[in-house]
This record gives sequence, structure tokens and C-alpha cells, in this order.
Amino acid sequence: MIPSAFTFYKPENIEKAVSLMVDFGDEARVIAGGHSLIPVMKQRLTDIKHLIDLSGINEIKGIEITDNRISIGAMTTQVELINNEELFKKAPIIREASLQIADPQVRNLGTIGGNVANGDPANDMPGLMQLLDATYKLSGSKGVRDVKAREFYEGAYFTVREDDEILISISFEAPSGGYAYEKQKRKIGDYATAAAGVILKVENNMCSSASIALTNLSDTPVYCNKAVDIILGKEIDNNILTQVTEACVEQSDPVADQRGPVEFKKYVAGIVIKKALTRAIERT
Amino acid sequence: MEKINVIMTVNGKEETLSVEPRTLLVHALREHLDYTGAHIGCSSSHCGACTIDMNGKSVKSCTVFAPQAEGSEILTVEGIGSPDKLHAIQEMFKEHHGLQCGYCTPGMIMRSYRFLQENPNPTEEEVRFGISGNLCRCTGYQNIVKSIMAAADKIRDEANVEKKEIA
Ligand SMILES: Cc1cc2nc3c(=O)[nH]c(=O)nc-3n(C[C@H](O)[C@H](O)[C@H](O)COP(=O)(O)OP(=O)(O)OC[C@H]3O[C@@H](n4cnc5c(N)ncnc54)[C@H](O)[C@@H]3O)c2cc1C
Repeated sequence: MIPSAFTFYKPENIEKAVSLMVDFGDEARVIAGGHSLIPVMKQRLTDIKHLIDLSGINEIKGIEITDNRISIGAMTTQVELINNEELFKKAPIIREASLQIADPQVRNLGTIGGNVANGDPANDMPGLMQLLDATYKLSGSKGVRDVKAREFYEGAYFTVREDDEILISISFEAPSGGYAYEKQKRKIGDYATAAAGVILKVENNMCSSASIALTNLSDTPVYCNKAVDIILGKEIDNNILTQVTEACVEQSDPVADQRGPVEFKKYVAGIVIKKALTRAIERT
Repeated sequence: MEKINVIMTVNGKEETLSVEPRTLLVHALREHLDYTGAHIGCSSSHCGACTIDMNGKSVKSCTVFAPQAEGSEILTVEGIGSPDKLHAIQEMFKEHHGLQCGYCTPGMIMRSYRFLQENPNPTEEEVRFGISGNLCRCTGYQNIVKSIMAAADKIRDEANVEKKEIA
């Protein structure tokens, strides 16, 4: 499978990349690891005349940790996220989730920036970023701006990113408490049938903080604000976990596809949510 | 479409290719440089038959455009051993019958080559996770895993002998 022809650019800084995006408008696209983009180009589902490779821009690579603030350059690869010990100490859920993405070869090239900017509801990182309440930094012709991950996604492949904007980094506070990212997939290397992430704190058997998010259970990642409201300040018992799980499933809105019908996906959602809650509580 | 020059080092030799930007690395290797070791299986980055080593990492060469590989160090199965001097991994695939039709073998070997450098002393489960991006439709993986475990032993033994000789 061979994509249609394009011209190739490899700018060495963000300003040049943005100015190429401005010049070429919607005929241009940036490429990061290429592991979502190249497959759709091969299927000719998208017509790109100008391809702008971000791999020459060093300022958007790498992981920076200052106190409890973590900032990750958009061009940081999934394998770099997995192997970074400092990041693992501060936010172990990143490694746990990244290891459930694709396979070793894909993780060697796939980037966090491409994963969150793509807008595919099947990608795992956007859900994770809902969970962490992350902030995305975008750079475009009108300057640099911050957008909350929870406000970034509008629909499948639609985000608030403007055509000439490039995602440069992702930042969040190091989470504290128990955590879990549970993903049900048909095989290694597959996208989620349903996945759920949980971070929570329990003090004196009461839930003192919580965050819950879902992957591939709607046309955008889902932050389960209703479930969070239910669990906050409550004593953790089976009854409350059932209520929380039901509230999450209620907020999901999956579509039928090759991974199964809606009823099945909601059923699997209930299982991964319960599992994630249980494991997060065990880890507090 | 206009062609561009791409320079990369393949199996230790610097190569300059004149390609269309849309040329996939696997086609550049096979059709422009005649390294037909990297196979095209699914062409959608699932099967791993096109796995090569790029800058010390395993990648699927069907999902990289040739200009993305500009300046990189590439290693294909042709670069790790030859018919009269097989690499330990190739020898163990032969000895333990780690293949049937052989189509996935170059990708399996190239992934094992890098995996055993990342993890020289793996458990069987780690081997299975390590090669989870490579599909084989013949063997059921049994003998592939056996071959990689045996190769790990052999590479460690060879390294020990070398250490003793130096001492
Ligand atoms: C076999 C296979 C299995 C996979 N399984 C999973 C999985 O289980 N879970 C999962 O989450 N993903 C999975 N993926 C996708 C993989 O993780 C991708 O690498 C990732 O989604 C995109 O990252 P990338 O760097 O490859 O981006 P690219 O493919 O280069 O880009 C993706 C899109 O984002 C845009 N983009 C990229 N970077 C930026 C930026 N900095 N600013 C603005 N726009 C940008 C591009 O223009 C493009 O539209 C799988 C991929 C394959 C091939």
C-alpha cells in the first residue's frame, strides 16, 4: 500500500514548523511517529500534499520534572515514557498504561504528542490525560496557549486544535494515591474494547480524592465527573463501588464495531471499571 | 513527483538513495538496495515481518517513510550474520526449528536481536511479551520461544568465554 505523493519538510524549530503550516493550510500535516498517520495515508483516507516531520525539533522532546510538576515534550516516545525511572516514581500509571499500548516496535516510534493530538477515541493517552487533568501547550500563528485535556476533545478526530497549531508539551501534577489503568483488548497490539483509569486516595476508609476516566467508550475520552461526585467523601464498600461503576457506565456511549455490540461494550466497561477501582484501592 | 536524496547507513555501509518522499523504508531497502530480508506481510504495522533495527531500536519498516530515516543507522537480517557465519540467534532458530514457512523469520530474528540486548537474561514470558509485535501463523510460537531462550544462553556463554580469554 503506497500513499499519494507529498513533499517532505523537516524544520528544526517550532517557528519554522508553524510557518509551514500557515503557508500550506489544510494541505499540510505534521508527522510525529507516524504510527497512526501512515496507516491512514496508505489507505488514502486522507490527502496530504505537504508532510512536516517534527523529529528534528529538539525543544519538544524529553521529560522534565520540577518538584511535583511533570512536563513531557510532544515528541517523547512511548518507550521513553516507559523507561524513565523518575517519571515512574512520580506517576507510575504512565508506565502501566503505556505498556498496554500496541507492541514494542510501535512504542519505539509512537509519541505521546501524536497519541493525544490524533483525536482517535481508541487512543489510550487521551483517557489517561483526563485522569491526570493534564494541560496541553499549543503553539500556532497566534502564539502559544494552554488547553485543558478535559476541554480538548470535541468528537472523533475533532479537537479544539487549530489547523496551524502544533502541540508542544503536556504537563500535569504528579498524582498521589492508588492508581490503575485496566484495558480489555482482543490481543496484544489491539486498541481497547473498553479501558478505564482510576486514581484515588483513601483516608480513614473514606475517599478523599478521586479521578476516573474511560477510553474508547464514547467518541471522545470520558472524564467520569458524576462517578467522582458519588465516591468523594464516602466510605469505601461494595455498595458504593457498584454505584460508582454504574455511574461511569451511564456516562459511556460506545458504538458497535468489530469489537462488539453496544451491550457487550457496556458490560466490559463495567468489568474494567470495577477492576480498576479495586486495584487502585489496593494500592492506596 | 520529485525525488529527493536520502542518506543512511545500512549494514555498516553508507548509502545515498534517490527516492520519492512517499517511499516506505521497507521498499527502499528491498527495491533500491536489494536487501530483501525485510519482508512485507500485512503492510499495516501489525505483523512485524518488516522489522529492522533503526538507531538501535526495533521498528516496523513498512511504517516509516524513507526520508524519516535520513541519517540513521539501519541493520537488516543480512547485516547480523551470513550463510557461512550465522549469528547465534540464526543458529538457534535453525537448531530448534524456530520456523516453518520462514516468512516471519527475518522479522523475528531482528526483533530477537534487539530484544536480547535489552534483556540478555529473559524469562519465557518476557520473550513472549518482547516479540508480541511479530506474528507467526505456522509455528504456534513454541519453537520460536525455545530458539530465543537458547540463543540467550548461547550469547551469554560466548560473552563469558570472551571475558575469560581477556582475563
Ligand atoms: C499496530 C498498532 C497498534 C496500536 N495500538 C494502540 C493502542 O493500543 N493504543 C493506543 O493508544 N495507540 C495505539 N496505536 C497508535 C500508536 O500509539 C500511535 O503511535 C499514536 O496514536 C500516534 O502517535 P504518533 O507519534 O505515531 O503520531 P502520528 O501518526 O505521526 O500522528 C497522528 C496524528 O496526530 C497529529 N500530530 C502528531 N503530533 C502532533 C503534534 N505535536 N501537534 C499536532 N498534531 C500532531 C498528526 O498530524 C496526525 O494527524 C497503535 C498503532 C499501531 C500501528
